[in-house]
Amino acid sequence: MESILYGLIYIVLAPFVGGLLAGVDRIITARMQRRVGPPLLQPFYDVLKLLQKKTIQTNRFQAPYVICHLIFMVFTGFLFFEGSDILLTFFVLAVSSIFFILAAYSSKSPFSFLGAERELLLVMAYEPMVLITLVGFFKITGSFHVYHIIASGIPMIVYLPGIFLGFLYILTIKFRKSPFDLSYSHHAHQEIVKGITTDMTGSTLAMIEIAHWYENVFLLGFIFMFFSFNIWIGIGVTLAVYFLEILIDNAFAREKWEFVLRTSWIAAFLLGGGNLVLLYIFYR
Amino acid sequence: MHYNGSSCNGCDIEVLACLTPMYDVERFGIINTGNPKHADILLVTGSINHQGVEIVRNLYNQMPEPKVVVALGVCATSGGVFAPCYNVKGGADKVIPVDVYVPGCAVRPEAIIDGIVKGIGVLEEKRKIMTETKTEA
Repeated sequence: MESILYGLIYIVLAPFVGGLLAGVDRIITARMQRRVGPPLLQPFYDVLKLLQKKTIQTNRFQAPYVICHLIFMVFTGFLFFEGSDILLTFFVLAVSSIFFILAAYSSKSPFSFLGAERELLLVMAYEPMVLITLVGFFKITGSFHVYHIIASGIPMIVYLPGIFLGFLYILTIKFRKSPFDLSYSHHAHQEIVKGITTDMTGSTLAMIEIAHWYENVFLLGFIFMFFSFNIWIGIGVTLAVYFLEILIDNAFAREKWEFVLRTSWIAAFLLGGGNLVLLYIFYR
Repeated sequence: MHYNGSSCNGCDIEVLACLTPMYDVERFGIINTGNPKHADILLVTGSINHQGVEIVRNLYNQMPEPKVVVALGVCATSGGVFAPCYNVKGGADKVIPVDVYVPGCAVRPEAIIDGIVKGIGVLEEKRKIMTETKTEA
């Protein structure tokens, strides 16, 4: 019963936390570029504005797909914070991404198609590392349940340093940060970089943004799991990781998809796979 | 969003200057996007020539309501010195409805920011009218 409460708290609070994080992100990014930056609440103003704009749809299936994307994203975070099966959580997340891609494919714009294809490549790039991470958690705790993993009190980072670094690598993809923001970026960009949202307007775009906030909070929650033995260290490291992502975002130029795919698989197999092999040898 | 009609690039450079750390329009939550479907305010620089008519009309039609057009520089407001040219139709208001006129040659970044912020005011009014008509209907 208590665990469901955590899930519900996530559903209510995550958009606020996610929006605030997005506001902090925009201010830090601006400061890194020696600019003043927008007000902290700017992401909320933007989404409220989008909700009041007229929504133009190029295909009547677009809105249902985007709604499914949002619902499954919320459900992903709900399952995670409720302490449920982490495999299920990540597969629901995958379903959510697929609905996003379908929404982009439902439009006739070539830019939208390009964005959807790039997003598929990104999914292919990050999935191996995600699966290795989950196997790593299972190897240590003997359970796929978030509740058991956190309740075990084992400092995961001690056993899974390689997996943690590998996961940080693909986290840049999930956070839509440069150098890996090939299909969608949280900054204002031209057609190709924001290809997947080319034909989305008004409330549809607002839903994408809200889903992105939900996703960010869920991912930061996942980072927390590596440090769940101490809540303050966990929160500190989680925020430090977010700052690191912003720094990477501002320090690197966008890469080609071949580079993203190659390096994230190398990271997955060297850091993640290597970590797993060592675990199998030394930790029984 | 920014559209360049047949500008001499003077005003365009000043539009870019608004995005630099010196002026930083993001202080007002304004960001430059290349996608008309994500845009609220259309900036037009330069006079409109006959070849550009369809393009600027198309861009305007792709922007979702409510939307605002800001004409930047004397060429976009009236055609400027190019108005009598045989290939020039005139200012941006010959093709699409313009809400804010910002004269200057080239238009100063301060004036651009002032014009856009005025445009945000117009946008707010249009939004109110839109929501009122929606509730009546």
